[in-house]
Amino acid sequence: MSLAVDRVPHLAVVGNPNTGKSTLFSALTGIFTRTGNFPGVTVEMKLGRLKTSTREAVLVDLPGTYSLAARSADERVTVDVLLGLRPEIGSLAGALCIVDGTNLERNLYLFSQVRDLGLPVLLIVNMIDRAEKAGIAITALELSQRLGVPVVFCNAHDQSSVALVQKSIFDFIEQNQPAAHGTDLAAQQASNFDFPPAFETAVNELQGLLLAHGRKMPRPLVSRLLMDIDGQIEQTEVQRRPELSPHLQRLREQVSAAGYRISGIEPRVRYAAIRKAIAGLEIRPVRQAGQFSEKLDGWLTHSVFGLLIFIFMMFVVFQLLYRGAEPVMVLMETAFGSLQDLVGGMMPRGPLRSLVTQGIIAGVGGVLVFLPQIVLLFLFLAILEDCGYMARAAFLMDRLMTKVGLSGKSFVPLMSSFACAIPGVMATRVIENRKDRMVTILVAPLMSCSARLPVYSLLIGAFIPGVSFLGGWVDLRSLVLLAFLSLGAIVAIPVAWILKKTIFPGETPPFVMELPPYKWPSIKTVFQRVYDRAAAFVVRAGTLILLTSIVIWGLGYFPGDHTRENAILAEMEETRQIFEDPLQRRENLQQQLVGSDDAPHPSPVESASFENELNSLNQQLKEYDALMEQLEGEFIATQGQLQENSFLGMAGHWIEPIVRPLGWDWRIGVGVLASFPAREVIIATLGVIYNLGEGMEAESPQLRDALINSRNPDGSPVFTIPVALSIMVFFALCAQCMATLVVVAQESGSWKWAVFTFVYMTALAYVGALITFQVASLWW
Amino acid sequence: MTATLESLQTGQHARVQDVQGDDSLALRIMEMGLLPGAEIEFIGRAPLGDPLEIRVAGYHLSLRKAEAHRVVIEVI
Repeated sequence: MSLAVDRVPHLAVVGNPNTGKSTLFSALTGIFTRTGNFPGVTVEMKLGRLKTSTREAVLVDLPGTYSLAARSADERVTVDVLLGLRPEIGSLAGALCIVDGTNLERNLYLFSQVRDLGLPVLLIVNMIDRAEKAGIAITALELSQRLGVPVVFCNAHDQSSVALVQKSIFDFIEQNQPAAHGTDLAAQQASNFDFPPAFETAVNELQGLLLAHGRKMPRPLVSRLLMDIDGQIEQTEVQRRPELSPHLQRLREQVSAAGYRISGIEPRVRYAAIRKAIAGLEIRPVRQAGQFSEKLDGWLTHSVFGLLIFIFMMFVVFQLLYRGAEPVMVLMETAFGSLQDLVGGMMPRGPLRSLVTQGIIAGVGGVLVFLPQIVLLFLFLAILEDCGYMARAAFLMDRLMTKVGLSGKSFVPLMSSFACAIPGVMATRVIENRKDRMVTILVAPLMSCSARLPVYSLLIGAFIPGVSFLGGWVDLRSLVLLAFLSLGAIVAIPVAWILKKTIFPGETPPFVMELPPYKWPSIKTVFQRVYDRAAAFVVRAGTLILLTSIVIWGLGYFPGDHTRENAILAEMEETRQIFEDPLQRRENLQQQLVGSDDAPHPSPVESASFENELNSLNQQLKEYDALMEQLEGEFIATQGQLQENSFLGMAGHWIEPIVRPLGWDWRIGVGVLASFPAREVIIATLGVIYNLGEGMEAESPQLRDALINSRNPDGSPVFTIPVALSIMVFFALCAQCMATLVVVAQESGSWKWAVFTFVYMTALAYVGALITFQVASLWW
Repeated sequence: MTATLESLQTGQHARVQDVQGDDSLALRIMEMGLLPGAEIEFIGRAPLGDPLEIRVAGYHLSLRKAEAHRVVIEVI
């Protein structure tokens, strides 16, 4: 235990979900908190500073939970932090337990568990305004006397109330100094609650047994070990000391024989004590039939309208995510393009300039381009979450998702992944169950994201005949596009099912979830959540994505000799300088001919004179135009050559035997390798390979024609319908998105899962493409 | 004959008699306030038939049929 004398006191913040815990946390500590992950688990560690001019404390926000009975390593973090067992946090000066004043009984259950750990606890009763309206008749002082801990009433949306809480926290810290408590004291102390003697005897015996096996365990953990059947503590302890298992069984049987069912002991004892403590405080239920919120819920969970409203809402979210983010993304791409030109223009040609413009600036752009979607999605999710609708979304969709072994909470993250898997994977944080969350993370990248669209539209446009059926109502191209958009989701069903059966086996986790009353979302909470997610992506994922894009740049740039390329570029620039004046004049004339916002359309007489001058200029620049065209052709050819001779190009040649059965030649192989950072890169790569330059887009007719006309050495076409289908199937199922893989690693807490995702998706993609090509070749 | 929570109709009130089984699911159910003696009101079912929504201890709780099946009740 760290005993630094002048360490800023750390306090844990615990509470049930839907108690306004995060609202109060951000009201106390401000928006800019430090977030990170607890190593080894997917739990987020959020630290915020509470500060006045003279005093300071650090608040550690723990995930909202109903109980300390940990079923997974993630849930265990809360207990360990409270017991001072997590080295990242160290020992605590106390815990702040936030409860919902309108539902004291259930909320005090967690409080009573926290208090049993032996830490000083400050009870913060939130939503006191609502509780007063519902008829709560007690003062903070009286409640404090009844419960034996300091109590402060609070309304997290009210500034003066938050100031009072702040003062109470500092008073609380002062009263509990010097910190003579901690795990050692807690270890000696029996529970504050009246557990049956038979149970206490068993805990004593178990603690002695553990000690005899060399395991010194704090008493609260020992009683948790005995009480939490199949809980996380039992799993880890029994795994480490299998000889404990029969003893544990025996002690539990001993308690049962005394007439106490193990699973019932804790809830019975605690609820009985709580009811006694708050006797006479029963208030009217906040949610009553006939209220607006209840009527609204009647509609939102209605068997027909509930589903329709849900589908409509998801449609709106999806459309905004899909279409709303696009203009911003286009703007960003343009801005980064200009930045590349600007910075490039200031640097001498060579590897360094290429590294800065093509590696670093393009890499940073590749990170930031995801921000609009992340911000938009989390804006919606935070609003829906804070107003209470997300719980209903899970409620509505649960039945559907249980078919693949997931729960209703996986629906929204998976749906979001249709726009982009990155915010989708990040949105899985709402899923408390680790196994469910992992399966959702692993299948999310299969959903057809917007980056696959350019690949589909290029190949469908080029190779699928534009025929329509049913009197023009159904178009073959749209049908094929629809098939590819749904392919990933269809494949995800068996994948999720298999993952649930093999890697993440176990019983279906219970779906015991509170449906909170509706309320207006808090702007501050929403803003905080969006900021947290965006910052987490840029800072943590961004650096890794940037590094990888630099590596990929290097593989595409080296070991080729770029002198010829640079010489051509230099010559182009010189030529342009020589003809600068007539070129400038020509540009002006062209602009005047079309007219602009400032200058109106020229009159017919003016037009004729402009055109005359333009013709003579064109004549004058004939030589220049021809030279430039030739240089450009040479430049593009050199680029293609360089790409073929780069490490990436070599790899493309090496993998040719592997991709042959898919119907691909080495050029497609290079394209697939080069698009590892992001799927849409294949378009630009194919552009370079087919000597059309880098600026190719999915809609470019030159690229489409180049693909159609491309020939193998024996004269047969490279691209046929089976090849096009095979490429599309590959891109539907592959994991060619570095940013997604980085986010998967981050959200799952391990690189192992990113590698797993890449391997399983690439294998699926390969097999899928192979079958597609071989089967399709039978017809075409 | 004992009835379980799963068999209730919308609007019915009931009292919990027992939560069957001695495992972590039973604990989870009881932790949420579904203890013997607790009064509940059946609010309804999700559009696809599962999960269920009930009112207990002054708040609304949703749980699946499979979980509700564990909760023995007496209609009041």
